[in-house]
This record gives sequence, structure tokens and C-alpha cells, in this order.
Amino acid sequence: MSFPWAKQYTPTTEFGQWMDEKLPVPRLVYNSLGAGYPTPRNLNYMWNFGSLAGIFLVVQIVTGIILAMHYAANANIAFDSVEHIMRDVNSGWMIRYAHANGASFFFIAIYLHIGRGLFYGSYKAPREMIWLLGVVIYLLAMATAFMGYVLPWGQMSFWGAKVITGLFEAIPLVGKPIQELLLGGFAPDNAALNRFFSLHYLLPFVIAGVIIMHIWALHIPGSNNPTGVDVKGPQDTVPFHPYYTAKDGWTLGVALIFFSAMMFFLPNALGHADNYIPANPLSTPAHIVPEWYFWPWYAILRAFTFDFLFIPAKLLGVLAMFSAILVWFFLPWLDKSPVRSGLFRPKFKIFFGILVVDVLILGYCGGAPAEEPFVMISQLASAYYFAHFLIILPLLSRLEKPEPLPNSITESVTGKPLETAR
Amino acid sequence: MVRIIGILIGLFFSGWLLVSFGRGAVEYATNPPVKPVEYSFHEEPKDVSFSSDGPLGKFDRQQLQRGFQGYKEVCAACHSIRLVAFRNLEEIGYNEDEVKAIAANWAIGVPDADPNTGEMTTRPGLPADKFPKPFANDIAAGAANNNAIPPDLSLMTKAREGGAPYVYSLLTGYTDPPANLPEANRPGPGLHYNPYFANLNLAMAPPLAVDDQVSYSDGTKASIDQMAEDVSAFLIWTAEPKLEERHQAGWAVLAFLLIATILAYLSYRTIWADVKAEKKKKSAEA
Amino acid sequence: MATVETAETAVAEESGVRRRDFINIAAVSFAGAGAVATVFPLVNQMNPSADVLALASVDVDVAAIDRGQAIKILWRKQPVFIRNLTEKEISEANAVDTATLRDPQTLAERTTVGKENWLITMGVCTHLGCVPLGAAEGENRGEFGGYFCPCHGSHYDTAARIRKGPAPRNLDVPEYEFLSDTVVKIG
Repeated sequence: MSFPWAKQYTPTTEFGQWMDEKLPVPRLVYNSLGAGYPTPRNLNYMWNFGSLAGIFLVVQIVTGIILAMHYAANANIAFDSVEHIMRDVNSGWMIRYAHANGASFFFIAIYLHIGRGLFYGSYKAPREMIWLLGVVIYLLAMATAFMGYVLPWGQMSFWGAKVITGLFEAIPLVGKPIQELLLGGFAPDNAALNRFFSLHYLLPFVIAGVIIMHIWALHIPGSNNPTGVDVKGPQDTVPFHPYYTAKDGWTLGVALIFFSAMMFFLPNALGHADNYIPANPLSTPAHIVPEWYFWPWYAILRAFTFDFLFIPAKLLGVLAMFSAILVWFFLPWLDKSPVRSGLFRPKFKIFFGILVVDVLILGYCGGAPAEEPFVMISQLASAYYFAHFLIILPLLSRLEKPEPLPNSITESVTGKPLETAR
Repeated sequence: MVRIIGILIGLFFSGWLLVSFGRGAVEYATNPPVKPVEYSFHEEPKDVSFSSDGPLGKFDRQQLQRGFQGYKEVCAACHSIRLVAFRNLEEIGYNEDEVKAIAANWAIGVPDADPNTGEMTTRPGLPADKFPKPFANDIAAGAANNNAIPPDLSLMTKAREGGAPYVYSLLTGYTDPPANLPEANRPGPGLHYNPYFANLNLAMAPPLAVDDQVSYSDGTKASIDQMAEDVSAFLIWTAEPKLEERHQAGWAVLAFLLIATILAYLSYRTIWADVKAEKKKKSAEA
Repeated sequence: MATVETAETAVAEESGVRRRDFINIAAVSFAGAGAVATVFPLVNQMNPSADVLALASVDVDVAAIDRGQAIKILWRKQPVFIRNLTEKEISEANAVDTATLRDPQTLAERTTVGKENWLITMGVCTHLGCVPLGAAEGENRGEFGGYFCPCHGSHYDTAARIRKGPAPRNLDVPEYEFLSDTVVKIG
């Protein structure tokens, strides 16, 4: 894999040599993230979000393991255990706020990372596997975040769990038995809380495993770049270390500044006040909403208001919501344009822009009450969403006229052709 | 093949959504939804600021002590603050002995088993105890308050949209129902009109009815406004006792990160200098 | 600050030489210092939390304990024996030659001045941690009239010192202070 001009790892110490013979982890790191990974020289800042997401995952795991030392996953004392962390545990408030806000920043990084992939055609051949693994990571992250939000056992925790597990009831015949199997009961209670805690602890490590495969799959073709043009020679690349470690490093600083500003000064801005009320199965909150990173999907779920023949609206909503994400699995085969990057696909660029606006509108509607005009707006926005991936992109790859591509990365950057660049 | 199936599925979902939109739009046009009455009578929280507001916010411990006194003399009969311990009062300026005295003399005893008989009874509080609840459980609370359960106040300023300004507005917002309030929204028996409350009528009677309900030891005039503000500030503290540490740590971390990021950026520019030098000039600058 | 190299310089050759620019070292060191500082709260959270520390000491009212009686209380989740020694028990304790003891200590060393009749010790056998008998009425007080541990037969005398059996040390005396004649603060 990788490129023939990649720098080779040569251990400099005796210990390094010993490790290399017995368990070549340093070599693995060198080749995947170090000086041994030739990376296109022209990556822009949209390429920083992968590593940023990885770092926020580490933040979540570290803060999460610490929280788990003090949290009690029993419906009677869960809420109080979180307050114990906030008030009595040394620096507990900091670790809790870091974990709660870290989830949001993890998703911000993931969405920007996915957006990069969508615009620059990173999902296209030969990188389909990386894309598929990425969608798996996203689904696992959503499951993890959903279960994590249930753990404090506040009003939104409980009612969010009730709504989402209630969706399973919509499946004909087997829906209710499946729901009761998942909950271990008839409504979210101790059984559900305990298993959510167990799985919430487990899944991040599964995510880490899939990320390793994601990066492994990446290293076979190597990284994409803004032009979408393949790497053709050593002039096209720079070693990942120190060039991109330095670039990722300083943007990590910027990200941490935003993260710290949220965490220390606006720690509850992205949350919901109702979750500071202990869960009460007898009292439904005025507006049940999930965390902001679920809002676009929530809007799609609620957009279906009429039954279709024998399919109830609730089931339609559930099918649509899951389809909206599952459609990404098919993207490499829906969009068969031979041109990778959106930079050279003028019509694609326009529709991509509309998609971004559309998803933002869906997000806004998802956080709003399920009333007019939000329902109607959600319906239009959801219609565009499905049309974009399932109708527009497949047709676009047939009908669009792309711009001419540069001959090489080096030429697009330096203006000089690859051969004479030395 | 994928594309054909995709287009069909897309047509189905988008199509049905557009049909639903159409039907909804017709319904909206012919039968516009009526906004609940609450919307027009409900008021947003008043504009009030607290010393703890903003990134530079700090507590005013004198105010917190006045607020605690207000809580103790007015609210504690019905509302618990079960997440706060007596020992936490040292953070708002009481010393160890004062805290011991407050705990031991608290009107409600701490539930504990009698050391001789094992029967559940109550004992005087210790600093390590949390504030005991005025009612043993929700049923008792409801029975004593016309079926309304006075909520715990420990987290109240974080548990409501509008935070401390909402609490302040609620406490000072009781008024007679306006003349044009529809009959269905008028306060029934046991309810009181308050436009700051989402449902307009709440079961709590105005807790601060007259000036000087609490006699402040520091001489501050105990107007209804003042008492409401002090109690609201106290509740900010009960919800966020670590607010000051959080702000201090925040500034330290941001300062560090600013310097670290600048250094990292300079390092990045040094490393990339030769590669960036090869870039062609943008045509606009040429 | 970036020195412009000639365009011909191959990037691949350049990066073969690790540029030990000062700024790189400064950036990494500064960030590293931050990382180290971050570790502190992540580890410190494991130290006892405020609610545990609040129960680190307990005030006990001993007015009801007559001469010759003892009570057992819980302190830091462990038993503590508070005994009001009789004059006989005190003289018995003082009569012992400390040189013969496995863990030589006088009664005076194990009590506070002015309160020599108050013997406050952990109720935890120093052998393997059982709770010795003798604090409650009617319990076996062993051959030396103090406490007796039934697990492996350790006998403690009236000053709770080990006299016979496998325990290596006398019953530990916790930190305590009499706040008044009738209230003692342990811990």
C-alpha cells in the first residue's frame, strides 16, 4: 500500500529495533500518521476535521471513564449521582461539562468531516470502503450519544428514551415485542438505564476499532485532495509528519479554544433546561426534543403526517428517518460521476450548497415545536433531502458537464507541470 | 441498478412528502391553527442582572446570605433544597460554628433511625447532612398543598428557560388577571394568576406579599423586589456552587490556549515555509 | 519569518532533515506542559470527594457512658470503641511493665491528659481486621479484662494493648479531641 517514495521507518535505538522485531507498533504509527505517510500537499483546512473528531473521541473516553467512577446507573439515584459529581467530586463539574460539551464538539467535527467527504467526492472509488466504515462510525456515535443522554435520568433523558424506543412499536407485528426486549420492560426504567450504561461504555471502544479500520482503509489508496486528482509523483506529496501534524496541531488549539469557551462559560447553552428536572413518568415536558445533533433526523421523522395506504404515518416517519442516513451507504453507487471533486462540477456545487442549507433548515425545524409552519417547512426540506441523494445526484452524473481537471496536484499548486518541477 | 431503485425510493419519499405538504398547506389555509391563549398573555422574564452574570461574574456573598435567610424564612416550609448540604453554607461566608448552629437548629429534623429502638425518627442536623425535605414524599407534599407538589429548588435556575430572571419575575409577577382574559384561563380555586408562568395560573400563592417579610440583619431594605432578587441570587448559587471556580479556570485555560495556539501556528508556518513558497501567486495579486 | 527557499528544492529531500527550529520546540514544550497540567485534575478526582471528607470526623456525646461502660460507634465506616475506664482498670493497666509488651505503650501514651479514664481505640483487631468482643455488655473480654478477638484468639488488656495471640500491635488510637467535658471529636 501507499506510495513507493514513502519514507521508510528505521529504528534509531536498540529498544526501537527490539520493538520492531517483536511488535512493530512504532513502525505502524510511523507509516500511518508519521513521516512515512505521503499526503497530498494541497489539503485545505476541511481535511483537519478527521483528526479533530478523533481527538474529541479521546476526550470523551477519558472524561467518560472518570465519570463512570462516580456515576450510579440506578434510576433512583442516577440524577443525584450526577449532582454528586457536579458538587462534591474534585473537579467533577469540569469533567462533567467537558463530557457533555465534548459530545457536541465531536459531532461538529464529524459533520464537517462528512461535509468534506460529500463535496470533494471522497466517497468515490477507490475510497468506498473508507466511506462505508465512516457511516458505520456515525451510526455508532449516534447510538452512543443517545444512550449517554439518558444516563443523567432527567426529564429529557427519560422522555427522549420513551419517544425513540417508542418508535420500534411502529414496526408491524414484531414491533412491541422488540421494544420490550430492548427496554427490558414496558417503559424506560431501571432495566433500560442499566443496559444503556453498559452499552454506552462499550460502544466508544467499538468506534475506536472501526476508526482503526477506517484509517487502514484510507492508507490503501492514500488521502483524497481538493482537486480530486490522483497523486502522480513525489512532488505531489509531503510527509504527514511534520507537515500535517503541525497543521492539525494548531487548528486543534483553535478548536480547544472554542471548546473551552463553551465548557467554562456557556456549559448549558447546547443542553435543555428540562434535563435538570429529575425524570417523572407522570409529567410530559411541553416540547420533547433530542440534542441538537439529532435535529435534522428528528425533523424528517416528524414530517410524515399522513398514512400512505396501509402504512401508518408513524411507521413512514421511522422508515424515512433511518433511510435518510442509510442512503449514505449507497452514495458511491448513486453518484457515478467520474469527476471526484465538487470544485470542478459546477452544477453539483449548486446542489451541494442547497443541500447544506436544506440540512440546516431541517435542523432548525427539528428543534422547534411540532407545529406549523415548522411541519410544512420540514416536509419541503425533507422532500429536497431525499430528492438530492436519490434523484438529483444519479441524474447529475449523467447530465452534467464538468470543468477540465488540472493535470496534477503539483500543477494546480505551483502552476508548473509535474515532470519539470524538480 | 442502484440508481434506478434509488430514484424510485426517492420519488416515493419526496412525492409523499410533497403530497403531505400540499394537504397540510390546504388545511393551514382553510383552517389556520389557533395559537393557545397563553401565548398572548404570557410574558418574557423581566430584565434583571445578577453579580454572577457573564464570564466575569462573581457571587455577592452578602446577597447570598440574605437570599438564604429569605429561603429559610419564606420558602423552606414547602420547598426543599435537598442537593445542598449544610456544610456548603461555608462557601457563602458562614463560619464552621454558624453552620453547626444552622444545622442543629433547622426547623426540620434529619430522618434517621433511633439508635436505641431502631424506629425511624428525626434528629438534629449535622453540617455533613443535606437539607432535609419538608415533606417525606410527593404524596405528603401534594396532600398538604392542594395536590400541587412544590418542586425542589436546588437546580431551579438551571431547570427553567430564563433561569434566575425567570425566578425573579415569577416571584414579583403576581397580578390581578387582566379584564380581557378569557373565562377558561381565569385562575380556578387554589390557583393564582401570574403572566410569567407558562400556563398563566399556578398553585403557589404569592410568597412575597409585603415588604419586610424578612428582616435582614445587614440592614438592607427588604422590599419585595429586594427579597426576590436576593432569593434568586441564592438559587443561582444552589444550582451552580462552582460558578466562580469555573470562570477562573476558564480564563486560565483560555489564556494558556491562546499562547499555545499562537506558538503552534508559528511552528506550522515555519515547517511549511518551503512548500508554501512554491505556490503560484493567485492571479489577482500578479 | 519564513525564509523563502528556491523553488527547485525538492520537498522530499528537505523533510529528510528534521528542522530543529526553536519555535517547534517551544510549541511542543508549551503544549506538553499544558497536557501535564491537565492530568492533575483527571487524577485528583479520585481523591476523597467533599461529602466523604465531611464525614472524616464525627462528634460524639459521651455523657451517657458511665465508668466501666463502653460504646461502639462508626467512624469512617469502621468501628471505634469508646470506653470509660474504672479506677481498677486504670491501675491494672499502669501496673504492667511495658518492657514485656509486644507493642510497648503506657496507658498515658494512649489517652489524653486530664481524660485518662477515656480509652478511645479502633474496634479493629490489628491481626487481620475482625471486630473484637468486649465493648458491649456481657461480651467476652478475654484473659486480660480488655477486649478479645474470637477470630484467632488475640487478647487485649484494659488499655487495649495486645497481650496474647497473633495480633502484632495494640488497638490503634485514632486522632481525637475533647471539645468539652462530654463531647469528643474523633478524626
